[in-house]
Amino acid sequence: MTAVVFFVFAALALAGALGVVLTRNPVHSALSLVVTLVSVAVFFIQLDAALLVAVQVIVYAGAIVVLFLFVIMLLGVDTADSSGEPLKFQRPVAILLGLIVLVELMVLAGHEWATGTKADAQHAIHGGAAGLGGNVERVARSLFTDYLWPFELTAALLVLAVVGSVLLARRSGQAPGVEPELREGAE
Amino acid sequence: MMPVVAALEITTGYYVVLAALLFTIGAVGLLTRRNVLVMFMCVELMLNAANVTFVAFAKQLNDIRGQVFVFFVLAVAAAEVAVGLAIIVAIFRRRRGATADDLDILKDPTS
Repeated sequence: MTAVVFFVFAALALAGALGVVLTRNPVHSALSLVVTLVSVAVFFIQLDAALLVAVQVIVYAGAIVVLFLFVIMLLGVDTADSSGEPLKFQRPVAILLGLIVLVELMVLAGHEWATGTKADAQHAIHGGAAGLGGNVERVARSLFTDYLWPFELTAALLVLAVVGSVLLARRSGQAPGVEPELREGAE
Repeated sequence: MMPVVAALEITTGYYVVLAALLFTIGAVGLLTRRNVLVMFMCVELMLNAANVTFVAFAKQLNDIRGQVFVFFVLAVAAAEVAVGLAIIVAIFRRRRGATADDLDILKDPTS
């Protein structure tokens, strides 16, 4: 059963990824991206990452793709991919490089790797020390003890990103609040 | 056919191969597409491929820290998308319908 689910959603994930790259309309690309992101969420279920399933669907499929669609709507759908071809051999070379990377990764995947020791009892996904609780509690314990400093830095990063976005998206040299056009776009 | 597939055990290797394919599609898309929004989506594909390997190895090693790292990747991806899309909006405000090729204002016009 797990294998059937895996192969069905692997096919869906790859089809979505190809849809992102191959469709000309950016709206279709964004919708194909949702297919891939939800398929990845299904893999997370199979890999015992319950918290990440929720985060993947809420943050990626819910927030990031909606942000993409907002920007596409704000700017208008632009299906023209390129006005000219400034670098003649870019596309063939890009595909060739992609194939080289793929072969390299496949060769690596065929090897024995990640032979490191299993985690200690405090950081186990299953079992381990007594009273560790479910997946959410285990992630939270690790996040708020071992990784508290990176977590705080992430909070600072998000605040900086919000400030930066607001600064970039408003027209320079004007005070915020005097732009009816921008206010319309921000709503 | 179906019973054969159902009997397979899905090991970490399957997820690594799948992530490799996703990453390659994203990388090739990033290099070949000229629409900046689609290029951004390809970056998201590559980040997701990395996330799949993180979670797969976390399961193999029974280590919750792999999942914690995916959490950080998601947070950074969200910040990156917010800033990146703001930059795209700022660019499009100056010039309509710009693709990545048209953004060459840093190029020396005399050459």
